[in-house]
Amino acid sequence: MTAQAVISASDLSLTFTTADGPVFALQDINLTVKDGDFVSLIGPSGCGKTTLLRVIADLERASAGTVSVNGMAPEQARKARAYGYVFQAPALYPWRTVEQNVGLPLEIMGTADAAARVKRNLDLVNLGGFEKKFPWQLSGGMQQRVSIARALAVEPKLLLMDEPFGALDEIVRDKLNQQLLELWAATKKTVVFVTHSIPEAVFLSTRIVVMSPRPGRIIDVIETNLPRDRTLDIRETGAFLKIAQRVREGLKAGHSYED
Amino acid sequence: MPVTVVCLAILVAWYIAAVFMNTVVAEAKIEAAGGGLVNTLDISWSLERPVIPAPHQVVVEVWKTVFTVAPWKVKSLVFHVWVTLSSTLLGFALGTLLGIGLAVAIVHSKLLNKSLMPWIIASQTIPILAIAPMVIVVLGSVGLTGIFPKSIISMYLCFFPVTIGMVKGLTSPDPMQLDLMRTYNASGPQVLWKLRFPAAMPFLFTSLKIAIAIALTGAIVGELPTGAQAGIGSRMLAGSYYGQTIQIWAALVAASAVAASLVYGVGGIERVVNARMGVRA
Repeated sequence: MTAQAVISASDLSLTFTTADGPVFALQDINLTVKDGDFVSLIGPSGCGKTTLLRVIADLERASAGTVSVNGMAPEQARKARAYGYVFQAPALYPWRTVEQNVGLPLEIMGTADAAARVKRNLDLVNLGGFEKKFPWQLSGGMQQRVSIARALAVEPKLLLMDEPFGALDEIVRDKLNQQLLELWAATKKTVVFVTHSIPEAVFLSTRIVVMSPRPGRIIDVIETNLPRDRTLDIRETGAFLKIAQRVREGLKAGHSYED
Repeated sequence: MPVTVVCLAILVAWYIAAVFMNTVVAEAKIEAAGGGLVNTLDISWSLERPVIPAPHQVVVEVWKTVFTVAPWKVKSLVFHVWVTLSSTLLGFALGTLLGIGLAVAIVHSKLLNKSLMPWIIASQTIPILAIAPMVIVVLGSVGLTGIFPKSIISMYLCFFPVTIGMVKGLTSPDPMQLDLMRTYNASGPQVLWKLRFPAAMPFLFTSLKIAIAIALTGAIVGELPTGAQAGIGSRMLAGSYYGQTIQIWAALVAASAVAASLVYGVGGIERVVNARMGVRA
C-alpha cells in the first residue's frame, strides 16, 4: 500500500534569536509522515522535538525550508483545522464542564452536530458519565483524556501530541498508552507523538524519530514493525528490547557530554 | 463573636471619647447642674450640638429621619440616600463599562498600552476635590444637571481599578490556553469571549468591590462643592453649616451602611457567578 504523505518537511530549520546569540532549535530536518503512521519524536530536552511539532501546527514559523501538512502550508492547514493538538498539560478551561471543554472547538467552528460529537468522543476515551463534572473534580489522567477527547472532537485525520502523558505516574501512563493504541487502531488516525520515554516510544510507534540537541536534528529513524494489536506484554519480547536498544544507542551518540 | 467584641470595644471607646470632647464645651452646664460624675456623663451624652455625639444620639437621629418622615420629604434620610445612591449606581455602571472597554483596548494593542496607561495613572493623581466643581460647572453650562454630573465624577474615580484589574485578568490565560485557541483558528472576539473574559472574572469582581465603594465616595464628593440640594453630601454640608453634628454623623452612618451593602451586594453576585463557573467552594 502506498500511503500518501500527511506531513513532509524538507531542509527545515528554525533559529531563535536571543540576547545570548542565535539558538539553532532545528537544523536541516527532513521527515515524511505517511497516512496512518504513528510517529514518535524522541530526544533529550532541547533537541527541538516540541519545536518541530509546533512548526507542523503553525504555532512556530520555520526560518528556512518547507513543511506541508495535508499538502498545504502549515498556516492553511491550521486554518482548515486539519489537526488536533494535545498539549503537555490538559489546558482545560476550569470554568467549563467536561462536555463544555470537549465542545469548545465545535462552538468555535460552529459545528451543527456538536452534542453527538461530544458524546461520541467522550465515550472513545471512556469518560461517559463525567459530562457535568468540572476539571478540578477529575484526576490528572482523566483530565488529559478529556483533552484528548477535545482534540478528537475536531475529527481531524492528524493528531499532534506533545508529551501528553509526561506529567502522569507510570501506572496511569501505561494504561493510557494502551488506550491510545486502541484508539489509534479504531480511528485510523495519523499521530505524531513527542516523548522522552523510550518504552513509550517503542510501544506506541510505527516509526521512531531520534533527535539530538544543539543544533536540533534528526539522527536516526527506526521502523518498528511490531504487530499492530500489541499489549503491554510486548515490552518483554526480544524484538521490543532490540528496538529500545537502538533508540538508546542513537540518543547516546547524539548527546554531547561536554556540557 | 469576634465582630461583636470589636463593635462593643468601638462603642465603649466612642462613649468615653464623647465625654472627654464634650465636657470642654459643656463645662458651664455641668457646673450649673452641680458637677459630679453622673451629671458629667448625662450632660455630655445628651448635648444638642455636641462635638462628638454619643452613639445613641446618632441612632435616634437615624431612626427619626428614616422612619418618622415620609421618604420623599427633604427631611428624610431615605430621600438623600436615594439621591446619592442613584448617581452612584449610574456612575458605577458607566465606570465599569469604560474600565472594561479601556482594558480590552489595552490588551489588544501594544500602542494603546504604551500611550494610554500613563494617562490613566495620571488621571488618578489629580485631587478629585479640585476637578469635581469644574466638572459640575462645565456640564451644568451645557445643560446637564441632576445626577448625571455627579455620576461622571463617580465614573472618573471607579473606572481605574476596573481597568487595572481587567488588564491583569484579560492577560491571565497561560500560553497553552491561548495556543489552543490558535489551533482552532479562533477569531479575536472568540478568544475574548470564550477565554479572556471568563479568565478575568475573579479579577473583575475584586475590582468591582473597590470601584463601587469609591463610586459612592465620588457621588458624595460631587455633592459637596456645588451646594447640592439633596444627597448624603448635601446633608453633611448643611449639618456643618448649622453646627448640627448629630445630623452629620447620621449621614456618615447612612453612607457607610450604603457602602457596606453595595460591596456586600457585589460579593453576592460574585458568589452566584462563581457557582455557575464551577469555582471550588
